Amino acid sequence: MNQNENMTKSGIVYEVKGLNLWYGNDQALKDINLKIGKNEVTAIIGPSGCGKSTFIKTLNRMIENIPSVRTTGEILYHGEDIFDKNVRVEELRTKVGMVFQKPNPFPKSIYENVVYGPKIHGIRDKNLLMEIAETSLRSAALWDEVKDRLNDNAYGLSGGQQQRLCIARALAVQPDVILMDEPTSALDPIATAKIEELIDRLKKDYTIAIVTHSMQQAGRISDKTAFFLMGELIEFDRTEILFSNPRDKRTEDYITGRFG
Amino acid sequence: MNTSVKFEIDKKRTKRRISLNNASKYVFSLSTIFALIVLAILLYRIGVQSIGWLDWNFLSGNLSIFPEKAGIKGAIIGSVGLMLVVIPVTLVLGVSTAIYLEEYAKKGKMQRFIQINISNLASVPSVIFGLLGLAVFGRFFNLGSSILAGGLTLSLLVLPVVVVASQEALKAVPGFLREASYAMGANQWTTIRKVVIPVALPGILTGTILAISRAIGETAPLVVLGIPTLILRVPTSVMDDFTALPIQVYYWTLDTVLTAEYANLAAATIIVLLFTLFLMNSLAIIIRNKFQRNF
Repeated sequence: MNQNENMTKSGIVYEVKGLNLWYGNDQALKDINLKIGKNEVTAIIGPSGCGKSTFIKTLNRMIENIPSVRTTGEILYHGEDIFDKNVRVEELRTKVGMVFQKPNPFPKSIYENVVYGPKIHGIRDKNLLMEIAETSLRSAALWDEVKDRLNDNAYGLSGGQQQRLCIARALAVQPDVILMDEPTSALDPIATAKIEELIDRLKKDYTIAIVTHSMQQAGRISDKTAFFLMGELIEFDRTEILFSNPRDKRTEDYITGRFG
Repeated sequence: MNTSVKFEIDKKRTKRRISLNNASKYVFSLSTIFALIVLAILLYRIGVQSIGWLDWNFLSGNLSIFPEKAGIKGAIIGSVGLMLVVIPVTLVLGVSTAIYLEEYAKKGKMQRFIQINISNLASVPSVIFGLLGLAVFGRFFNLGSSILAGGLTLSLLVLPVVVVASQEALKAVPGFLREASYAMGANQWTTIRKVVIPVALPGILTGTILAISRAIGETAPLVVLGIPTLILRVPTSVMDDFTALPIQVYYWTLDTVLTAEYANLAAATIIVLLFTLFLMNSLAIIIRNKFQRNF
Protein backbone atom coordinates (compact mmCIF):
# COMPACT_ATOMS: atom_id res chain seq x y z
CA MET A 1 0.00 0.00 0.00
CA ASN A 2 2.73 2.37 1.04
CA GLN A 3 4.86 1.40 -1.91
CA ASN A 4 1.90 1.92 -4.20
CA GLU A 5 1.34 5.38 -2.83
CA ASN A 6 4.97 6.28 -3.48
CA MET A 7 4.81 5.05 -7.04
CA THR A 8 1.88 7.24 -7.93
CA LYS A 9 3.42 10.21 -6.20
CA SER A 10 6.64 10.07 -8.21
CA GLY A 11 4.76 9.34 -11.41
CA ILE A 12 2.33 12.23 -11.47
CA VAL A 13 2.11 13.90 -14.85
CA TYR A 14 -0.73 16.33 -14.31
CA GLU A 15 -1.93 17.90 -11.12
CA VAL A 16 -4.94 20.16 -11.57
CA LYS A 17 -5.57 22.51 -8.65
CA GLY A 18 -8.70 24.63 -8.29
CA LEU A 19 -9.22 25.12 -12.03
CA ASN A 20 -12.03 27.46 -13.04
CA LEU A 21 -12.82 28.41 -16.63
CA TRP A 22 -15.23 30.92 -18.13
CA TYR A 23 -16.48 31.48 -21.66
CA GLY A 24 -17.26 35.18 -21.36
CA ASN A 25 -19.58 35.18 -18.36
CA ASP A 26 -20.53 31.51 -18.46
CA GLN A 27 -18.54 29.35 -16.12
CA ALA A 28 -17.74 26.07 -17.85
CA LEU A 29 -15.41 24.50 -15.27
CA LYS A 30 -15.81 24.87 -11.52
CA ASP A 31 -12.99 24.19 -9.09
CA ILE A 32 -11.56 21.08 -10.74
CA ASN A 33 -8.97 19.12 -8.76
CA LEU A 34 -7.45 15.91 -10.05
CA LYS A 35 -4.20 14.09 -10.70
CA ILE A 36 -3.21 12.09 -13.72
CA GLY A 37 -0.54 9.45 -13.18
CA LYS A 38 2.16 8.34 -15.59
CA ASN A 39 1.21 5.59 -18.06
CA GLU A 40 -2.39 5.69 -16.95
CA VAL A 41 -5.42 5.94 -19.17
CA THR A 42 -7.83 8.45 -17.69
CA ALA A 43 -11.33 8.46 -19.13
CA ILE A 44 -13.45 11.57 -18.84
CA ILE A 45 -17.17 10.94 -19.01
CA GLY A 46 -20.30 13.00 -18.56
CA PRO A 47 -23.30 14.27 -20.51
CA SER A 48 -22.92 16.71 -23.41
CA GLY A 49 -22.05 20.22 -22.33
CA CYS A 50 -20.63 19.12 -18.99
CA GLY A 51 -17.20 20.58 -19.74
CA LYS A 52 -15.25 17.42 -20.50
CA SER A 53 -14.00 18.60 -23.90
CA THR A 54 -13.26 22.00 -22.41
CA PHE A 55 -11.26 20.34 -19.66
CA ILE A 56 -9.16 18.19 -21.97
CA LYS A 57 -8.46 21.13 -24.27
CA THR A 58 -7.28 23.13 -21.26
CA LEU A 59 -4.57 20.55 -20.57
CA ASN A 60 -2.61 21.67 -23.65
CA ARG A 61 -4.08 25.18 -23.66
CA MET A 62 -5.83 24.64 -26.99
CA ILE A 63 -8.87 26.19 -25.35
CA GLU A 64 -7.15 29.58 -25.55
CA ASN A 65 -7.85 29.67 -29.29
CA ILE A 66 -11.33 30.75 -28.25
CA PRO A 67 -10.88 34.48 -27.55
CA SER A 68 -13.32 34.94 -24.67
CA VAL A 69 -11.82 32.22 -22.46
CA ARG A 70 -10.54 33.08 -18.97
CA THR A 71 -9.08 30.70 -16.42
CA THR A 72 -8.01 30.71 -12.79
CA GLY A 73 -6.24 28.01 -10.81
CA GLU A 74 -3.24 25.89 -11.62
CA ILE A 75 -2.46 22.97 -13.87
CA LEU A 76 0.89 21.49 -12.90
CA TYR A 77 2.52 19.47 -15.66
CA HIS A 78 5.45 17.59 -14.14
CA GLY A 79 5.30 20.12 -11.33
CA GLU A 80 5.31 23.21 -13.54
CA ASP A 81 2.27 25.45 -13.96
CA ILE A 82 1.29 25.47 -17.65
CA PHE A 83 -0.27 28.92 -17.25
CA ASP A 84 3.08 30.35 -16.16
CA LYS A 85 4.35 33.21 -18.33
CA ASN A 86 7.57 31.30 -19.09
CA VAL A 87 5.74 28.33 -20.57
CA ARG A 88 5.60 28.37 -24.36
CA VAL A 89 2.42 26.74 -25.63
CA GLU A 90 4.32 25.44 -28.67
CA GLU A 91 6.67 23.46 -26.42
CA LEU A 92 3.87 22.30 -24.18
CA ARG A 93 1.97 20.97 -27.19
CA THR A 94 4.90 18.94 -28.47
CA LYS A 95 4.90 17.20 -25.08
CA VAL A 96 1.13 16.94 -24.93
CA GLY A 97 -0.27 15.71 -28.23
CA MET A 98 -3.92 15.76 -29.21
CA VAL A 99 -6.27 13.67 -31.30
CA PHE A 100 -9.61 15.16 -32.25
CA GLN A 101 -13.19 14.00 -32.57
CA LYS A 102 -13.21 13.99 -36.36
CA PRO A 103 -10.07 12.78 -38.10
CA ASN A 104 -8.34 15.93 -39.34
CA PRO A 105 -5.43 14.99 -41.56
CA PHE A 106 -3.93 17.76 -43.69
CA PRO A 107 -4.69 17.62 -47.42
CA LYS A 108 -1.19 16.28 -47.99
CA SER A 109 0.38 12.86 -48.47
CA ILE A 110 0.36 10.29 -45.67
CA TYR A 111 4.10 10.75 -45.22
CA GLU A 112 3.86 14.56 -45.14
CA ASN A 113 1.14 14.35 -42.51
CA VAL A 114 3.28 12.28 -40.15
CA VAL A 115 6.43 14.37 -40.55
CA TYR A 116 4.59 17.71 -40.31
CA GLY A 117 5.43 18.05 -36.61
CA PRO A 118 9.11 17.01 -36.79
CA LYS A 119 9.58 19.26 -39.84
CA ILE A 120 8.15 22.40 -38.27
CA HIS A 121 10.31 21.74 -35.25
CA GLY A 122 13.38 21.85 -37.43
CA ILE A 123 14.24 18.28 -38.47
CA ARG A 124 15.51 18.32 -42.08
CA ASP A 125 17.40 15.02 -42.36
CA LYS A 126 15.45 12.91 -44.91
CA ASN A 127 16.57 9.57 -43.46
CA LEU A 128 15.67 10.60 -39.93
CA LEU A 129 12.24 11.86 -41.08
CA MET A 130 11.58 8.56 -42.83
CA GLU A 131 12.58 6.71 -39.69
CA ILE A 132 10.26 8.86 -37.58
CA ALA A 133 7.45 8.28 -40.06
CA GLU A 134 7.91 4.52 -39.96
CA THR A 135 8.16 4.29 -36.18
CA SER A 136 5.14 6.53 -35.66
CA LEU A 137 3.03 4.67 -38.21
CA ARG A 138 4.06 1.34 -36.68
CA SER A 139 3.14 2.57 -33.18
CA ALA A 140 -0.22 3.70 -34.54
CA ALA A 141 -0.72 0.23 -36.11
CA LEU A 142 -1.05 1.74 -39.56
CA TRP A 143 2.31 0.95 -41.15
CA ASP A 144 1.36 -2.34 -42.79
CA GLU A 145 -1.68 -0.77 -44.41
CA VAL A 146 0.06 2.29 -45.86
CA LYS A 147 3.74 1.40 -46.32
CA ASP A 148 3.30 1.02 -50.10
CA ARG A 149 1.47 4.30 -50.58
CA LEU A 150 3.12 6.80 -48.28
CA ASN A 151 2.96 9.45 -50.98
CA ASP A 152 -0.77 9.07 -51.60
CA ASN A 153 -3.11 11.75 -50.32
CA ALA A 154 -4.31 11.12 -46.78
CA TYR A 155 -7.89 11.80 -47.84
CA GLY A 156 -7.88 8.47 -49.68
CA LEU A 157 -7.73 6.58 -46.37
CA SER A 158 -10.82 5.29 -44.58
CA GLY A 159 -12.10 7.18 -41.51
CA GLY A 160 -10.52 4.72 -39.10
CA GLN A 161 -7.21 4.82 -40.95
CA GLN A 162 -7.31 8.63 -41.01
CA GLN A 163 -7.78 8.66 -37.24
CA ARG A 164 -4.84 6.30 -36.74
CA LEU A 165 -2.84 8.56 -39.06
CA CYS A 166 -3.72 11.48 -36.77
CA ILE A 167 -2.50 9.42 -33.82
CA ALA A 168 0.72 8.65 -35.71
CA ARG A 169 1.09 12.35 -36.45
CA ALA A 170 0.70 13.14 -32.76
CA LEU A 171 3.27 10.47 -31.84
CA ALA A 172 5.82 11.79 -34.33
CA VAL A 173 6.83 14.72 -32.11
CA GLN A 174 7.54 12.30 -29.23
CA PRO A 175 4.96 13.51 -26.76
CA ASP A 176 4.59 12.17 -23.28
CA VAL A 177 0.85 12.70 -22.97
CA ILE A 178 -1.82 12.11 -25.61
CA LEU A 179 -5.15 13.83 -25.23
CA MET A 180 -8.03 12.30 -27.13
CA ASP A 181 -11.31 14.13 -27.59
CA GLU A 182 -13.91 11.45 -28.41
CA PRO A 183 -11.54 9.89 -30.93
CA THR A 184 -13.90 7.11 -31.98
CA SER A 185 -17.22 8.93 -32.12
CA ALA A 186 -17.00 9.29 -35.92
CA LEU A 187 -15.88 5.68 -36.48
CA ASP A 188 -17.59 2.33 -37.01
CA PRO A 189 -17.30 -0.44 -34.36
CA ILE A 190 -14.43 -2.26 -36.09
CA ALA A 191 -12.36 0.90 -36.48
CA THR A 192 -13.25 1.75 -32.87
CA ALA A 193 -12.01 -1.63 -31.67
CA LYS A 194 -8.71 -1.06 -33.47
CA ILE A 195 -8.25 2.35 -31.83
CA GLU A 196 -9.07 0.90 -28.41
CA GLU A 197 -6.55 -1.89 -28.94
CA LEU A 198 -4.05 0.75 -29.92
CA ILE A 199 -4.73 2.83 -26.80
CA ASP A 200 -4.11 -0.25 -24.69
CA ARG A 201 -0.73 -0.74 -26.36
CA LEU A 202 0.21 2.94 -26.27
CA LYS A 203 -0.22 3.28 -22.52
CA LYS A 204 3.04 1.38 -21.98
CA ASP A 205 4.87 4.43 -23.30
CA TYR A 206 2.41 7.27 -22.97
CA THR A 207 -0.01 8.83 -20.55
CA ILE A 208 -3.45 9.10 -22.09
CA ALA A 209 -6.50 11.19 -21.26
CA ILE A 210 -9.58 10.40 -23.30
CA VAL A 211 -12.97 12.03 -23.45
CA THR A 212 -15.65 9.52 -24.33
CA HIS A 213 -19.41 9.35 -24.61
CA SER A 214 -19.40 5.63 -24.29
CA MET A 215 -19.40 4.24 -20.75
CA GLN A 216 -18.50 0.82 -22.14
CA GLN A 217 -15.47 2.32 -23.78
CA ALA A 218 -14.41 4.01 -20.54
CA GLY A 219 -14.87 0.68 -18.75
CA ARG A 220 -12.87 -1.24 -21.36
CA ILE A 221 -9.84 0.96 -21.76
CA SER A 222 -9.31 3.22 -18.77
CA ASP A 223 -7.54 2.83 -15.45
CA LYS A 224 -9.24 5.82 -13.90
CA THR A 225 -12.45 7.61 -14.72
CA ALA A 226 -13.53 11.17 -14.01
CA PHE A 227 -17.23 12.00 -14.09
CA PHE A 228 -18.08 15.60 -14.99
CA LEU A 229 -21.48 17.22 -14.60
CA MET A 230 -22.35 20.86 -15.33
CA GLY A 231 -18.72 21.91 -15.12
CA GLU A 232 -18.01 20.13 -11.87
CA LEU A 233 -15.88 17.08 -11.25
CA ILE A 234 -18.37 14.90 -9.39
CA GLU A 235 -16.29 11.80 -8.91
CA PHE A 236 -12.82 10.60 -9.81
CA ASP A 237 -11.64 7.11 -9.00
CA ARG A 238 -10.25 3.86 -10.30
CA THR A 239 -12.51 2.82 -13.16
CA GLU A 240 -13.61 -0.50 -11.62
CA ILE A 241 -14.53 1.24 -8.37
CA LEU A 242 -16.38 4.12 -10.04
CA PHE A 243 -18.43 1.75 -12.16
CA SER A 244 -19.11 -0.93 -9.53
CA ASN A 245 -19.41 1.17 -6.43
CA PRO A 246 -19.89 4.88 -7.12
CA ARG A 247 -19.90 7.11 -4.06
CA ASP A 248 -22.09 9.85 -5.51
CA LYS A 249 -25.74 9.35 -6.36
CA ARG A 250 -25.39 11.41 -9.55
CA THR A 251 -22.55 9.21 -10.82
CA GLU A 252 -24.66 6.15 -10.22
CA ASP A 253 -27.62 7.69 -12.04
CA TYR A 254 -25.46 8.56 -15.02
CA ILE A 255 -23.64 5.24 -15.40
CA THR A 256 -26.83 3.26 -15.00
CA GLY A 257 -28.35 5.36 -17.75
CA ARG A 258 -30.91 7.20 -15.72
CA PHE A 259 -30.03 10.49 -17.40
CA GLY A 260 -27.62 11.99 -19.92
CA MET B 1 -48.69 -2.49 -50.48
CA ASN B 2 -51.07 -2.38 -47.57
CA THR B 3 -50.72 1.33 -46.93
CA SER B 4 -53.74 2.87 -45.29
CA VAL B 5 -53.28 6.35 -46.73
CA LYS B 6 -54.76 6.63 -50.20
CA PHE B 7 -54.50 9.63 -52.43
CA GLU B 8 -54.81 10.53 -56.06
CA ILE B 9 -52.47 12.71 -58.00
CA ASP B 10 -54.09 15.73 -59.64
CA LYS B 11 -52.95 15.21 -63.20
CA LYS B 12 -53.89 18.71 -64.30
CA ARG B 13 -51.61 20.26 -61.70
CA THR B 14 -48.77 17.98 -62.64
CA LYS B 15 -49.14 18.97 -66.29
CA ARG B 16 -49.10 22.63 -65.37
CA ARG B 17 -46.02 22.22 -63.24
CA ILE B 18 -44.20 20.43 -66.03
CA SER B 19 -44.95 23.22 -68.49
CA LEU B 20 -43.92 25.82 -65.89
CA ASN B 21 -40.68 23.94 -65.48
CA ASN B 22 -40.05 24.02 -69.22
CA ALA B 23 -40.92 27.71 -69.40
CA SER B 24 -38.54 28.61 -66.59
CA LYS B 25 -35.77 26.78 -68.39
CA TYR B 26 -36.29 29.07 -71.41
CA VAL B 27 -36.48 32.23 -69.31
CA PHE B 28 -33.18 31.47 -67.62
CA SER B 29 -31.44 30.44 -70.81
CA LEU B 30 -32.68 33.66 -72.48
CA SER B 31 -30.86 35.68 -69.83
CA THR B 32 -27.66 33.88 -70.67
CA ILE B 33 -28.25 34.23 -74.40
CA PHE B 34 -28.74 37.99 -74.02
CA ALA B 35 -25.22 38.37 -72.64
CA LEU B 36 -23.84 36.06 -75.29
CA ILE B 37 -25.55 38.02 -78.10
CA VAL B 38 -24.04 41.29 -76.90
CA LEU B 39 -20.62 39.68 -76.79
CA ALA B 40 -21.13 38.16 -80.26
CA ILE B 41 -22.12 41.53 -81.77
CA LEU B 42 -19.08 43.17 -80.22
CA LEU B 43 -16.74 40.45 -81.42
CA TYR B 44 -18.28 40.52 -84.89
CA ARG B 45 -17.97 44.28 -85.31
CA ILE B 46 -14.43 44.61 -84.09
CA GLY B 47 -13.54 41.42 -85.92
CA VAL B 48 -14.73 42.82 -89.24
CA GLN B 49 -13.07 46.17 -88.61
CA SER B 50 -9.74 44.68 -87.73
CA ILE B 51 -9.50 42.43 -90.79
CA GLY B 52 -6.40 43.38 -92.74
CA TRP B 53 -5.07 45.48 -89.89
CA LEU B 54 -4.21 42.89 -87.30
CA ASP B 55 -0.97 41.42 -88.57
CA TRP B 56 2.61 40.93 -87.42
CA ASN B 57 3.61 44.45 -88.44
CA PHE B 58 0.83 45.83 -86.27
CA LEU B 59 1.98 43.82 -83.26
CA SER B 60 5.68 44.54 -83.68
CA GLY B 61 5.58 48.03 -85.14
CA ASN B 62 6.05 51.32 -83.39
CA LEU B 63 3.37 54.00 -83.04
CA SER B 64 2.89 56.40 -85.89
CA ILE B 65 0.43 59.07 -86.93
CA PHE B 66 0.05 57.27 -90.26
CA PRO B 67 -2.48 54.43 -89.77
CA GLU B 68 -0.75 52.11 -92.27
CA LYS B 69 2.52 52.30 -90.36
CA ALA B 70 1.18 52.29 -86.81
CA GLY B 71 1.94 49.36 -84.53
CA ILE B 72 1.30 48.64 -80.87
CA LYS B 73 4.63 47.19 -79.73
CA GLY B 74 5.01 50.09 -77.29
CA ALA B 75 1.51 49.61 -75.91
CA ILE B 76 2.04 45.87 -75.41
CA ILE B 77 5.32 46.49 -73.61
CA GLY B 78 3.61 49.22 -71.56
CA SER B 79 0.79 46.88 -70.52
CA VAL B 80 3.25 44.10 -69.65
CA GLY B 81 5.28 46.63 -67.64
CA LEU B 82 2.17 47.68 -65.73
CA MET B 83 1.50 44.02 -64.88
CA LEU B 84 5.06 43.58 -63.63
CA VAL B 85 4.36 46.37 -61.15
CA VAL B 86 0.74 45.49 -60.31
CA ILE B 87 1.16 41.72 -59.72
CA PRO B 88 3.87 41.80 -57.02
CA VAL B 89 2.47 44.91 -55.33
CA THR B 90 -1.12 43.62 -55.08
CA LEU B 91 -0.07 40.09 -54.14
CA VAL B 92 2.26 41.16 -51.35
CA LEU B 93 0.16 44.03 -49.96
CA GLY B 94 -3.23 42.44 -50.59
CA VAL B 95 -2.49 38.98 -49.21
CA SER B 96 -0.61 40.40 -46.21
CA THR B 97 -3.53 42.67 -45.38
CA ALA B 98 -5.95 39.77 -45.70
CA ILE B 99 -3.80 37.58 -43.46
CA TYR B 100 -3.57 40.32 -40.86
CA LEU B 101 -7.31 41.01 -40.85
CA GLU B 102 -8.34 37.35 -40.90
CA GLU B 103 -5.72 35.71 -38.71
CA TYR B 104 -4.10 38.29 -36.43
CA ALA B 105 -6.43 41.25 -35.91
CA LYS B 106 -8.59 41.11 -32.83
CA LYS B 107 -12.21 40.86 -33.89
CA GLY B 108 -13.69 44.09 -32.65
CA LYS B 109 -14.84 47.57 -33.58
CA MET B 110 -11.52 48.57 -35.12
CA GLN B 111 -11.34 45.46 -37.30
CA ARG B 112 -14.93 45.99 -38.44
CA PHE B 113 -14.22 49.63 -39.24
CA ILE B 114 -11.24 48.69 -41.42
CA GLN B 115 -13.27 45.94 -43.04
CA ILE B 116 -16.13 48.24 -44.00
CA ASN B 117 -13.72 50.82 -45.42
CA ILE B 118 -11.94 48.23 -47.56
CA SER B 119 -15.29 47.12 -48.97
CA ASN B 120 -16.16 50.77 -49.63
CA LEU B 121 -12.85 51.36 -51.38
CA ALA B 122 -13.66 48.51 -53.75
CA SER B 123 -16.59 50.51 -55.08
CA VAL B 124 -14.83 53.86 -55.52
CA PRO B 125 -14.82 54.90 -59.22
CA SER B 126 -11.51 54.30 -60.97
CA VAL B 127 -11.20 57.98 -62.04
CA ILE B 128 -10.85 58.90 -58.39
CA PHE B 129 -8.02 56.43 -57.96
CA GLY B 130 -6.45 58.11 -61.00
CA LEU B 131 -6.62 61.49 -59.26
CA LEU B 132 -5.14 59.95 -56.11
CA GLY B 133 -2.35 58.41 -58.17
CA LEU B 134 -1.70 61.74 -59.90
CA ALA B 135 -1.46 63.58 -56.58
CA VAL B 136 0.53 60.98 -54.65
CA PHE B 137 2.71 59.11 -57.15
CA GLY B 138 2.75 61.59 -60.04
CA ARG B 139 3.32 64.81 -58.12
CA PHE B 140 4.36 64.06 -54.54
CA PHE B 141 6.79 61.23 -55.33
CA ASN B 142 7.59 62.92 -58.63
CA LEU B 143 7.12 59.78 -60.71
CA GLY B 144 5.27 61.72 -63.42
CA SER B 145 3.37 59.50 -65.84
CA SER B 146 5.86 56.63 -65.73
CA ILE B 147 5.07 52.91 -65.76
CA LEU B 148 5.81 52.83 -62.03
CA ALA B 149 3.30 55.62 -61.29
CA GLY B 150 0.68 53.94 -63.49
CA GLY B 151 1.31 50.50 -61.99
CA LEU B 152 1.09 51.76 -58.42
CA THR B 153 -2.14 53.63 -59.23
CA LEU B 154 -3.69 50.50 -60.75
CA SER B 155 -2.47 48.49 -57.74
CA LEU B 156 -4.36 50.84 -55.42
CA LEU B 157 -7.42 50.39 -57.59
CA VAL B 158 -7.52 46.59 -57.38
CA LEU B 159 -6.07 46.15 -53.87
CA PRO B 160 -9.46 46.19 -52.10
CA VAL B 161 -10.77 43.45 -54.38
CA VAL B 162 -7.66 41.34 -53.81
CA VAL B 163 -7.94 41.82 -50.04
CA VAL B 164 -11.60 40.84 -49.92
CA ALA B 165 -11.09 37.81 -52.22
CA SER B 166 -8.09 36.61 -50.18
CA GLN B 167 -10.00 37.06 -46.94
CA GLU B 168 -12.81 34.90 -48.27
CA ALA B 169 -10.28 32.24 -49.30
CA LEU B 170 -8.69 32.30 -45.82
CA LYS B 171 -12.07 32.13 -44.13
CA ALA B 172 -12.90 28.99 -46.09
CA VAL B 173 -9.96 27.07 -44.58
CA PRO B 174 -11.59 24.63 -42.14
CA GLY B 175 -10.83 25.29 -38.47
CA PHE B 176 -9.93 21.67 -37.79
CA LEU B 177 -6.83 22.01 -39.98
CA ARG B 178 -5.62 24.92 -37.86
CA GLU B 179 -6.34 22.93 -34.70
CA ALA B 180 -4.38 19.98 -36.03
CA SER B 181 -1.38 22.21 -36.60
CA TYR B 182 -1.59 24.00 -33.24
CA ALA B 183 -1.85 20.65 -31.48
CA MET B 184 1.51 19.69 -32.97
CA GLY B 185 3.08 22.66 -31.20
CA ALA B 186 3.11 24.89 -34.26
CA ASN B 187 2.88 28.62 -33.67
CA GLN B 188 0.56 30.95 -35.54
CA TRP B 189 2.90 31.92 -38.36
CA THR B 190 3.99 28.33 -38.99
CA THR B 191 0.35 27.28 -39.11
CA ILE B 192 -0.53 30.06 -41.54
CA ARG B 193 2.48 29.38 -43.75
CA LYS B 194 2.31 25.60 -43.82
CA VAL B 195 -1.39 24.88 -43.58
CA VAL B 196 -3.65 27.89 -44.08
CA ILE B 197 -2.01 29.53 -47.11
CA PRO B 198 -1.47 26.32 -49.10
CA VAL B 199 -5.13 25.43 -48.66
CA ALA B 200 -6.31 28.98 -49.44
CA LEU B 201 -3.91 29.50 -52.35
CA PRO B 202 -6.24 28.56 -55.24
CA GLY B 203 -8.86 31.00 -53.95
CA ILE B 204 -6.30 33.75 -53.40
CA LEU B 205 -4.78 33.32 -56.86
CA THR B 206 -8.13 33.15 -58.64
CA GLY B 207 -9.27 36.37 -56.96
CA THR B 208 -5.98 38.09 -57.64
CA ILE B 209 -5.80 37.13 -61.32
CA LEU B 210 -9.37 38.28 -61.94
CA ALA B 211 -8.61 41.59 -60.20
CA ILE B 212 -5.46 42.02 -62.24
CA SER B 213 -7.26 41.40 -65.51
CA ARG B 214 -9.52 44.25 -64.49
CA ALA B 215 -6.43 46.42 -64.04
CA ILE B 216 -5.20 45.54 -67.55
CA GLY B 217 -8.39 46.90 -69.06
CA GLU B 218 -8.52 50.12 -67.02
CA THR B 219 -8.25 53.40 -68.96
CA ALA B 220 -9.59 56.20 -66.81
CA PRO B 221 -6.93 56.28 -64.05
CA LEU B 222 -4.15 56.27 -66.66
CA VAL B 223 -5.74 59.07 -68.67
CA VAL B 224 -6.01 61.15 -65.51
CA LEU B 225 -2.38 60.39 -64.75
CA GLY B 226 -1.49 62.17 -68.00
CA ILE B 227 -0.30 59.50 -70.42
CA PRO B 228 0.89 61.27 -73.63
CA THR B 229 -1.35 60.91 -76.69
CA LEU B 230 1.46 59.93 -78.98
CA ILE B 231 4.62 58.36 -77.74
CA LEU B 232 7.10 57.12 -80.25
CA ARG B 233 9.78 55.72 -77.93
CA VAL B 234 9.34 52.20 -76.56
CA PRO B 235 9.79 52.24 -72.75
CA THR B 236 12.94 50.54 -71.50
CA SER B 237 12.51 50.93 -67.73
CA VAL B 238 9.67 51.40 -65.25
CA MET B 239 10.60 55.07 -64.95
CA ASP B 240 9.86 55.78 -68.63
CA ASP B 241 6.70 57.30 -70.02
CA PHE B 242 4.50 54.72 -71.67
CA THR B 243 1.23 53.91 -73.35
CA ALA B 244 -0.93 50.85 -72.75
CA LEU B 245 -3.44 48.84 -74.80
CA PRO B 246 -6.67 50.38 -73.42
CA ILE B 247 -5.15 53.88 -73.66
CA GLN B 248 -4.38 53.30 -77.30
CA VAL B 249 -7.98 52.15 -77.92
CA TYR B 250 -9.22 55.31 -76.22
CA TYR B 251 -7.01 57.79 -78.10
CA TRP B 252 -7.52 56.15 -81.49
CA THR B 253 -11.28 56.11 -81.00
CA LEU B 254 -11.18 59.81 -80.06
CA ASP B 255 -9.32 60.67 -83.25
CA THR B 256 -11.48 58.76 -85.73
CA VAL B 257 -13.02 62.10 -86.72
CA LEU B 258 -9.65 63.11 -88.09
CA THR B 259 -8.52 59.83 -89.61
CA ALA B 260 -11.19 57.17 -90.26
CA GLU B 261 -8.66 54.32 -90.29
CA TYR B 262 -7.93 54.90 -86.62
CA ALA B 263 -11.16 52.99 -85.92
CA ASN B 264 -9.63 49.91 -87.53
CA LEU B 265 -6.52 50.31 -85.40
CA ALA B 266 -8.67 50.58 -82.27
CA ALA B 267 -10.57 47.42 -83.27
CA ALA B 268 -7.35 45.50 -83.80
CA THR B 269 -6.07 46.67 -80.41
CA ILE B 270 -9.30 45.56 -78.76
CA ILE B 271 -8.78 42.08 -80.20
CA VAL B 272 -5.29 41.96 -78.70
CA LEU B 273 -6.62 43.23 -75.35
CA LEU B 274 -9.49 40.72 -75.28
CA PHE B 275 -7.09 37.92 -76.14
CA THR B 276 -4.86 38.94 -73.22
CA LEU B 277 -7.84 39.01 -70.85
CA PHE B 278 -8.98 35.62 -72.16
CA LEU B 279 -5.52 34.21 -71.44
CA MET B 280 -5.52 35.63 -67.90
CA ASN B 281 -8.96 34.24 -67.11
CA SER B 282 -8.03 30.81 -68.49
CA LEU B 283 -4.97 30.89 -66.26
CA ALA B 284 -7.22 31.61 -63.27
CA ILE B 285 -9.40 28.61 -64.12
CA ILE B 286 -6.42 26.32 -64.66
CA ILE B 287 -4.94 27.33 -61.30
CA ARG B 288 -8.24 26.80 -59.56
CA ASN B 289 -8.69 23.32 -61.01
CA LYS B 290 -5.12 22.27 -60.47
CA PHE B 291 -5.01 23.13 -56.79
CA GLN B 292 -8.61 22.46 -55.86
CA ARG B 293 -8.87 20.13 -52.88
CA ASN B 294 -11.76 18.17 -51.58
CA PHE B 295 -12.65 17.93 -47.95
